[in-house]
Amino acid sequence: MAGRNPFVPIDRKLSPVQTSVPFIEVDSLEKIFTIRRKAGLLKRSKREVRAVDGISFGVERGEMVGYIGPNGAGKSTTIKMLTGILTPSGGRLRVAGIDPARERTRLAQRIGVVFGQRTTLWWDLPLKDSYGLMHRMYRIPDARYRENLDRCVELLDLGELLDVPVRQLSLGQRMRGDIAAALLHDPEVLYLDEPTIGLDVVSKARVREFLRELNTTRSTTVLLTTHDLTDIEQLCSRVMVIDHGRLMYDGKLTGLHAVGESERLLVVDLERELPPIEDVPGARFVRSEGPRQYLAFPASSSAAPLVAAVAAAYPLVDLSVREPDIEAVIAKMYGGTREERRESLM
Amino acid sequence: MAEALRTSRDSRRAYPLVSDSWRTYRMVAGMWIRSTMTYRSSFALTLVTSFCVTFFDFVVILLMFGQVRGLGGFSFAEVALLYGTTGTSFGLADLTMGSLQRMGKRVRDGSLDTFLMRPAPLLAQVAADKFALRRFGRVAQGLLVLVWALVLLDVAWTPVKVLLLPVMLVSGAVIFAAVMVLGASALFWMQDAAEVTSSFTYGGNTLLQYPPTIFAQELVRGVVFVVPLAFVNWLPALYVLGRPAPAGVPGWAVFASPLVAAVCCGVAGIAWRAGIRSYRSTGS
Amino acid sequence: MLRLYATVAAGGFRRHATYRVATAAGVFTNTVFGFILSYTYIALWDERPQLGGYSMDDALAYVWIGQALITVCGLMGGGFEDELIERIRTGDIAVDLYRPADLQAWWFSANLGRSAYQLLGRGVVPMAVGALVFDFTLPSGPGTWLAFLVAVALGSTVSFAIWYLVAMSAFWLLDGQGVVQVAWLGGLFFSGMLLPLNVFPGALGELARVLPWASMLQVPADVYLGKYEGWRGLAGAYAFQGCWAVVLFGAGRAAQAAATRKVVVQGG
Repeated sequence: MAGRNPFVPIDRKLSPVQTSVPFIEVDSLEKIFTIRRKAGLLKRSKREVRAVDGISFGVERGEMVGYIGPNGAGKSTTIKMLTGILTPSGGRLRVAGIDPARERTRLAQRIGVVFGQRTTLWWDLPLKDSYGLMHRMYRIPDARYRENLDRCVELLDLGELLDVPVRQLSLGQRMRGDIAAALLHDPEVLYLDEPTIGLDVVSKARVREFLRELNTTRSTTVLLTTHDLTDIEQLCSRVMVIDHGRLMYDGKLTGLHAVGESERLLVVDLERELPPIEDVPGARFVRSEGPRQYLAFPASSSAAPLVAAVAAAYPLVDLSVREPDIEAVIAKMYGGTREERRESLM
Repeated sequence: MAEALRTSRDSRRAYPLVSDSWRTYRMVAGMWIRSTMTYRSSFALTLVTSFCVTFFDFVVILLMFGQVRGLGGFSFAEVALLYGTTGTSFGLADLTMGSLQRMGKRVRDGSLDTFLMRPAPLLAQVAADKFALRRFGRVAQGLLVLVWALVLLDVAWTPVKVLLLPVMLVSGAVIFAAVMVLGASALFWMQDAAEVTSSFTYGGNTLLQYPPTIFAQELVRGVVFVVPLAFVNWLPALYVLGRPAPAGVPGWAVFASPLVAAVCCGVAGIAWRAGIRSYRSTGS
Repeated sequence: MLRLYATVAAGGFRRHATYRVATAAGVFTNTVFGFILSYTYIALWDERPQLGGYSMDDALAYVWIGQALITVCGLMGGGFEDELIERIRTGDIAVDLYRPADLQAWWFSANLGRSAYQLLGRGVVPMAVGALVFDFTLPSGPGTWLAFLVAVALGSTVSFAIWYLVAMSAFWLLDGQGVVQVAWLGGLFFSGMLLPLNVFPGALGELARVLPWASMLQVPADVYLGKYEGWRGLAGAYAFQGCWAVVLFGAGRAAQAAATRKVVVQGG
């Protein structure tokens, strides 16, 4: 099984010769769930699902790592084990030298977590009240708290929002507020789950800028899961791809593109329904929906000559280019494996 | 070596756990109180209805006594004493721990994870979640009936009997609270089974409002020896009223409520820990 | 159109049928409460036989009918209003309003499915347990059972109409919990859930017996116990339930129409 993708370079930073211990240290980590379900009127069948199946990696202090993979690949299970919410079924795990499952509350003082789709802020109260609770719950020294709050307020532009009830904030404002809430106690590592989901372009840019700044000035270690490739491109020097509970790729983002041979999509709206466009060089016909056709072309080449060629030969109404998303890259990388999983889940 | 280290760490944590929990509870409950206060008129309305809901509950007993002079050999004042004591105890438990009932939703939608990531005891966070001050209405109503009963009652008060009253109220509240924690522990395995707990909390409260003499003896023995709800008010109140304890119950049992409450807390604590452990190994 | 609503009702039935553990937990709770109430009624009827015109066997039957109908006739909450209020508050209701089906009819159908499931899933077992243990009054024949089911269906309809009206208030009130609680309170007390309405004294009893909540438990129970004499009496009982159903449905429609205008004006 281990040799299924021999071409994937596993960039192991954790080698026995290395003397310094990584900040996050994961060795042969496993999580097995037992799923019971009805199989007939009274019978119940048991099935084991290996959500995380022997993952090893190390993350140095101050690294910013993208952790990606399709839904159900084992991302959130890994994060839950890293934060101590879930107890591993096997393997070894240390965060800042702490075993998360055994000393969850002690570790909580040293990590920060942000869920893109779930706010931890108090809905009906002004933003600053939620920060006050963090102040006391994490027992942050007063001076430290003031300093961190001022910094977050300045960098995330929260000044005007502190007295506004959270329910009145926009999605982008709330996300900024959530990020600040996760950082008031000076966490050494920050886990971000889809931090830019649903945000507009300006908010996304602001969040990314803040994270970059945080990483450089405070050398906070950041582990980021996302579906937005731009997040990874702009923030992470390193990417880990997980699928089927296994680490499929660990290395630079550019390497991932090369491995995945990613393609962009040209979406062409024609005046009417026409046979597939197959005579344009450099493009590959994918599918059509009535007068709309989808053409794939390599991410590395320019769209301009392709557009010109299509426009010259076909009655064009509208067109747009779709960037490759991480899902597509991974799907392409592992070809049939996603279909297999879908079937096994049925 | 590692084992020994772990046990010593655990024992060191035992005392701070209580003070930490109390501190967390106050903080989270305080936030919820402030949240409710942003809708002042709605809060006032729900406080009044909460009072009325329990008041109507008592009206039923008034209506019954409009038709009869006694129930199971107990006079109105005696039944009112039972009602007032269990009502106050249950009200206190409901006020402080009532939110545990809704924990199933937190488990289902995964928001319990957020609580687990904080450096604060989980039970305190969940119990204080959605803390509703309006539930104080039930406590107020219970106390009111209790005072009324005390005025009407013709009891030869002794220092022991006087002392037994507050002991009974506090122990009763703790027993109800322990049952709520026990029920919530089960939610880690079965999120939809919350209603079973209601049979013992709300159901227990209803049961204890009436004299034990009207129920089948098996049922009475069940709430003495199996689910020890009889220690909430029945046994101590029977002593206060100068009536004999139900058949098969030793005489000293009327003073055993604090002890029973402590045992219930121990059992509930073990169940809660088992629940968290199961949650963290299955992920639900 | 009728086919659509039948599908919605079937969906409502199936949706609730998936919550097996919740159903089992509910059956357990209803049975426990049935036992507790039975003993209090036994004590009461021991002191006053024939209270409110009921024999002790009648009174015990009443207890278990009440437990069986709690969720069917929405005696302690309609079972759908929280979801509807949530949709109104989040604005999702705008989507429902533009659907080619009528909002009230849509929710009524879904609730019909829910009630039917609750009757089978949560009603039958406590009733059977109660009958075995307490040996209470059973209907005189299949005709009475049928008449009872019709009364239950009408009671369930009145209950829906009340809770729908309650949910509509969320269009105007920011926090509808207060209204829900008042409705809950009214239902609990005036449905006869705590004590049969014919035991209520004097004017309070007179009032309770003409309020809509009487349709939800008291009338079905009296039909079951054969307290209505002949066809004429039965028709009168149905007419009472039917009138309230029509009035409350109409009120719900009016509120819905006003709410729709409001939503359209505000642009959702």
